[in-house]
Amino acid sequence: MPAISFQSVSKTYPSSRGPKGSTFAALDGVSFDIEEGEFFGLLGPNGAGKTTLISILAGLNRASAGKVTVLGSDVQADYTQARRKLGVVPQELVFDPFFNVREALRIQSGYFGVKNNEAWIDELLDSLGLADKANANMRQLSGGMKRRMLVALALVHKPPVIVLDEPTAGVDVELRQTLWQFIAKLNKQGHTVLLTTHYLEEAEALCSRIAMLKAGKVVALSATSELLKAASSHVLRLKIDGELPADLAAQARVTGRIVQFPAHDARQIESFLAAVREAGLIVDDVEITKADLEDVFIEVMGRKESSMGITQ
Amino acid sequence: MTGWQTLLYKEILRFWKVSFQTVAAPVLTAVLYLLIFGHVLESHVKVYDRVSYTAFLVPGLIMMSVLQNSFANSSSSLIQSKIMGNLVFLLLTPLSHWSWFFAYVGSSVARGLVVGGGVFLVTAWFTDLSFAAPGWIFIFALLGSALLGSLGLIAGLWAEKFDQLAAFQNFVIMPMTFLSGVFYSIHSLPAFWQGVSHLNPFFYMIDGFRYGFFGVSDVSPWLSLGIVGSALLLVAAVAVHLLRTGYKIRG
Repeated sequence: MPAISFQSVSKTYPSSRGPKGSTFAALDGVSFDIEEGEFFGLLGPNGAGKTTLISILAGLNRASAGKVTVLGSDVQADYTQARRKLGVVPQELVFDPFFNVREALRIQSGYFGVKNNEAWIDELLDSLGLADKANANMRQLSGGMKRRMLVALALVHKPPVIVLDEPTAGVDVELRQTLWQFIAKLNKQGHTVLLTTHYLEEAEALCSRIAMLKAGKVVALSATSELLKAASSHVLRLKIDGELPADLAAQARVTGRIVQFPAHDARQIESFLAAVREAGLIVDDVEITKADLEDVFIEVMGRKESSMGITQ
Repeated sequence: MTGWQTLLYKEILRFWKVSFQTVAAPVLTAVLYLLIFGHVLESHVKVYDRVSYTAFLVPGLIMMSVLQNSFANSSSSLIQSKIMGNLVFLLLTPLSHWSWFFAYVGSSVARGLVVGGGVFLVTAWFTDLSFAAPGWIFIFALLGSALLGSLGLIAGLWAEKFDQLAAFQNFVIMPMTFLSGVFYSIHSLPAFWQGVSHLNPFFYMIDGFRYGFFGVSDVSPWLSLGIVGSALLLVAAVAVHLLRTGYKIRG
C-alpha cells in the first residue's frame, strides 16, 4: 500500500482573467504514488501547484476531481483516519499567542486523542532544540524557533507520514542541520517523508525520489540519481569580461559575469570555449562541475513539453 | 480527554487567560447600566406591581450579558484564528464538525454563564431578588447562551475581517438585545411595537429568564421555551452545516 497516492488530482478555480465562466487549472491530472519509508521531494517553481497539492492531501482544500489516499485512507471520505496518519508542517509561520510551547503541544496532542504524551513531547522539544523554551509564550519565539515549533506540532501525534512544505524557508544554517538530522532519523525509523523546498541542494541530498511540477502537471518523476544522469552530466562555468552574443546566451545560464553551459561531454565543453573565444570575450575563470539538481530543474522547467524521466 | 474535550478545554482556557477583558469588563458594563438606569428610572417606572424597577432590571442585564458574551466568545475566537492563520492547526486534526460545534458552543455557554454569574453576584448587592422558579432561570441561560454561541460560530465563519464581525455585532446583536425588553416591559409599548417585539427571539429569552425570578412575565415561559428552543435548533443546524461543508475555512 502506498504511503500517499495521488490519483488524477485536478483543481480548477474560476479565472480572474479571461471571459466570465472560464477556469484556471492549478492542478491538472496529477498522479503519482509515494511508497512507505520513502524520502520524497516535490519540486517546482512558485505557482506550479505544490502547495495546492499538499493542501488537498491535508484536507485544507478539496480536489475538483481525482482521489488522494494516505496509507489507504481517502482524505475526504475517511478524513479521520487519513489525518491521524498525516503530520503536516505548514508553510506559513503561524502560532497561537494564547499558549506557551508545552501547552500548545499538549493541546495539539489532545486533538488527536493522544493521551499521556509527555515523554514524546519532551523528546520533540529536545530534538528540535526547544527544551529551554518549553514555558515561553509563542509570541516570544524567534522566527526560527516558531518554525521548529511548527515541526513539533506536526509530529506530536507520531504520524507515519510526514509532510514538510518549505520547512527551511528563511531559516538559518544551524537549524536546517538540526531539522534534517531529526527528520532523517524519523525516516530511518520508517516514517515516510514528503518534502517541498526551494533549496534544491537539500532535495538532492535528502530525497531518494523526486517529482517536478510545472503549471499543475507532473513534468518529471524519477529517482534522484536517474534525474541527475538524464540531464547534462557536466556544467562549464566561466567568468567573462563582457556580454555573450545572443545565440550563445540562449544556451547558457547567465548570472551577471558568470555564465554556465550545460554539457554532455568533453567535446561540447571545447566547442563552448571556442565559441566564447571567437566572440572576443576574455575568460577570467574556468570551472567544470558535475550537474546538480538545479541544472536538471532548469533544464526541465525550460522545456515546452517534456516527458523526461517519467518512469513509474 | 478526547479530541472535542481538548478543544472545549482550549477554548475555555483561551477566554479565561484574558478574563480581565472577557469577564471583568462585561460585569463592570452591566453594573454601570444598573447604576445609571436604576438611579434615573427607579421612581418613574413601575413594570410589575410587586417588583421595583431595579429588581426588574437585574435579570435583564444578567441575560443581556450572557447573550452578548456567548456571541463574542465563539465569533472572536474564530475570527482571530482565521486572521492569525493558526486555525490550520485545528483544520489538520481529525476533529469532526460535531466536535467543532460542541467545543465552540460549549465554551461560549461557559463564558456566558461565568459572566452572567459575575453580573448576578455584583448586582445582587443593589436589590433584593426573588427566585420564584429557578429551573427556568437555568434553562433560559443555557439555551440563550447556546443560541448566541451558535450564532457567533456562524458569524465567525462568515466574517473575513474584524470590521465585518463588529458590524454584525453592532447592527444585529446589539439592537436585538436592546429592543428585547431588557430595560422595559414590552407592555409599556404601543400596540405596533409590541407586535414587532414579539418577532424578536431575544425578547423570549429575556422574558422567560425573568419569569424564573419573579414568576410573572409578558408571555408564558412555555411559549418562550418553544420559540427559543426552535431558534436554537435552527441556528445550530445552520452552524453544523457550515462546519461540515468547510464554509470559508476549507478551499
